[in-house]
Amino acid sequence: MDSQPFETFRSSVSGRSETCPELSTVVGLTVNGKEQTVTTEPQRPLLDVLREDLQLIGTKYGCGEGACGACSVLLDGEVVRSCITPASAAAGRSVTTIEGIADGDRLHPVQEAFAEHGVLQCGFCAPGMVVAAAALLRGTPRPTKAQIVEALNGNLCRCGTYPALVAAVQEAANDVGEANQR
Amino acid sequence: MKTTLSQVQLDPSGAHLDEDRPAQFSLDRRGFLQTLGAGVLITVAADGASAQRRGGGGRGPAPIAARIHLGEDGSLTVLTGKVELGQGARTEVALAAAEELRIAADQLRVILADTDLVPDDGVTAGSRTTPGTIPAVRRGAAAARDVLVELAARQWQVDASTLAVTNGAVVHGPTKRRLTYAELAGTGSLDEALGRSIPDGVELTPVAEWKVLGVSTPRANARDLVTGTHQFPSDISRPGMLYGKVLRPPSFGATLASVDLAEAQALPGVTVVRDGDFLGCVAPTAFAASAALAAVAKSATWKTVPQPSSDELWEYLREHASGGRSGDGKEVRAALSSAVKSLSAEYHTAYLQHAPMEPGVGVAEWADGRLTVWVSTRGPFPVRARLAQTFGVSADQVRVIVPDSGGGFGMKSGDDVALEAAHLAKAVGRPVRVQWTRREEFTWAHFRPAALIEVRGGLDATGALVAWDFVNTNSGGSAVDTPYRVSRKRCEYRPSNSPLRQAPYRALAATANNFARESFMDELAVAAGADPLAFRLAHLDNPRLRAVLEAAAARFDWTRLKAAAKPNVGVGLSCGTEKGSYVAACAEVAVDRERGTIDVRHVCEVFECGAILNPSNLRSQVTGCILMGLGAVLREEIRFKDGRILNPRFSQYEVARFEDVPELDIHLLNRPDLDSVGAGETPIIALAPAVGNAVFHATGVRIRSLPMEGAALRKA
Repeated sequence: MDSQPFETFRSSVSGRSETCPELSTVVGLTVNGKEQTVTTEPQRPLLDVLREDLQLIGTKYGCGEGACGACSVLLDGEVVRSCITPASAAAGRSVTTIEGIADGDRLHPVQEAFAEHGVLQCGFCAPGMVVAAAALLRGTPRPTKAQIVEALNGNLCRCGTYPALVAAVQEAANDVGEANQR
Repeated sequence: MKTTLSQVQLDPSGAHLDEDRPAQFSLDRRGFLQTLGAGVLITVAADGASAQRRGGGGRGPAPIAARIHLGEDGSLTVLTGKVELGQGARTEVALAAAEELRIAADQLRVILADTDLVPDDGVTAGSRTTPGTIPAVRRGAAAARDVLVELAARQWQVDASTLAVTNGAVVHGPTKRRLTYAELAGTGSLDEALGRSIPDGVELTPVAEWKVLGVSTPRANARDLVTGTHQFPSDISRPGMLYGKVLRPPSFGATLASVDLAEAQALPGVTVVRDGDFLGCVAPTAFAASAALAAVAKSATWKTVPQPSSDELWEYLREHASGGRSGDGKEVRAALSSAVKSLSAEYHTAYLQHAPMEPGVGVAEWADGRLTVWVSTRGPFPVRARLAQTFGVSADQVRVIVPDSGGGFGMKSGDDVALEAAHLAKAVGRPVRVQWTRREEFTWAHFRPAALIEVRGGLDATGALVAWDFVNTNSGGSAVDTPYRVSRKRCEYRPSNSPLRQAPYRALAATANNFARESFMDELAVAAGADPLAFRLAHLDNPRLRAVLEAAAARFDWTRLKAAAKPNVGVGLSCGTEKGSYVAACAEVAVDRERGTIDVRHVCEVFECGAILNPSNLRSQVTGCILMGLGAVLREEIRFKDGRILNPRFSQYEVARFEDVPELDIHLLNRPDLDSVGAGETPIIALAPAVGNAVFHATGVRIRSLPMEGAALRKA
């Protein structure tokens, strides 16, 4: 599943517990290819584990209810909202954050396209957009405009860079396509 | 010992400050020179007068808009008090300085919004960076260039007028001699060269000769943004930092009657801080702090007070409006009553949340009695003043740093979250980060004011506008005046007692005033039996406004589309001016009367703001305004009852998404002959009335309230 329809975000509730923290547990997970062990309350959002425990600050808090996409990461290759994903749900699984999207110093074509074409304004949504777009292109290397819009529709940008983002994803798709043909 | 920039010690943890920011913590004013390195500091007054002095500290009598540091190692640094919230200020400042210094923009660094280093250039608001700060930066950079030319002239014993400056070097054409800025700065003669005043009339590069300004330039830190390595205020972390949460009342105006802290205090690692009405929890993780706060909140009892609800908003604002109507009301009334046709209408716009992607956040650290706060704010110096006042220290003991932030749109005052973080950090003796949740932001931050607008207009027998009476209650006076020719008019703003905390929004009240005026002009055009475009042009003298309107109509093919009537499909147009820039928009919509929804299919917008400084960024700002405006036109509305916000979440407060984006035709009308003015606000004001007028054309239903979708459209 490359993306969840927004309707499911709309009805979802925050993963933040309203009660006292449960007893901490040890969670082993792979983050950007590296095995990690964290001691955390199982209901604590994966977002907090990434940002606070693992100092992976590229993944952003935007809403806490999975409705804006700023916290998007890949969990076993699928886009999830890390702000409503409990840490325990990542146990034994593989997480890819924005920090793991590039191939070393070589940016992902989506990152290249976003950076090169003056797409960015404040850039706060960019990590989530990149993660969602990279996931789309892996499953659908030549997406139509409608497929791009559908895949990214759960990601909000308040600076209004949507049209530029769509164009950049289209261009990145061409780059990916050419790379595959080579 | 002289310290150059390259020798400044970075913070040992390495990961806490922007790469391009001098990473020296607890810097006092005396440390200024050590941070920037030896060299010359040129300060540029905001009012046009130039002054310079060596070293840091102190202020001239006039507000200082910028400082430009010319290091003895040839490094160039521009420092201003503006903040980067996504609008492109950092790049624009770099382009302006680079243009006058004849270098590439990436050959200098820009330091924004660090109160220890930058001059107080006021709040980043009102589209003032472009018309205020940018000319000052250009003057300062041109002055620095002239100093370097003077040095070279002296060294070569030639007349300065025979020298040219290119690529960061002074060149003497006849002898092909060349000295780079670094070579000139290293001669040690800078001080002497600056012994006399820089003339106020320092020569700026004419637009026709621009090589850096006027060229599309993306963000210098784009790579950091797309890789997630840029540190937004939310990403600032300090050694030993803890996480804080602050107790909020359940409703506006409620006061704490009783609370039991025992359960929260017993939680491991948790400190509960109480100081009068201020109550917060600090813990090693945000989750633990939230859990502790939940335990506190569960035990709290509150004394509530009655609060108005959004259902009764318009009557409430009307009843609480202050001040009577003024001016020539009598003449307007007379003109209205003698008009052949007169109309009156009432327009409403809802409270909005600015909803920048990054909610409010602050990190505070006390060290040796000195407070440093990293915060997302449009006013670093007002925040510093408030922190100093609150904690009883001098302003010099407080440093406010604003890392490039995740959006603002007028709302980010930042003082609340800065105070909360500083309060908690002081109490626990450790750095503390306070990150507002989206719900907190949608409740306790500021809102775009709601507007109640009453408008009346009269036409004579020829269909000419002869009377205009326009009163905005509550939302503000921006663009309250009409640009149209009318013999008798009254345009005014009456404050009211807003039930919600208000802050400027993009273009302030111009969003509401332009919506009401341009919609009502359409109503008058219908009454006059005139085409909306022709009716406007017949009453419009301002050539710049006429130019954008005519250009938009031509690009959109207005006349043909207006005549091509299709069921529930229509076109509308509007125009407006604010903050010295001019905008016109045409829109095509398809209306679904069953569902009460509007599909905005196509928007053509023409915008003119003088000479264009950075075309791609301007296009982004215009696009951003249209899409932010689209959410406000269609769906955005803050609803409240009994002192609570009813929809404090993105899932309930629906801003524009990818799927809402219409076909966009944006045309930037460049006027190199005119001074550049700001562009981040005015492009938003034309959308709502253009869409409303298109809905009327499509359906015959006049929507006089924002947002437009919903019951009014369905049952009307």
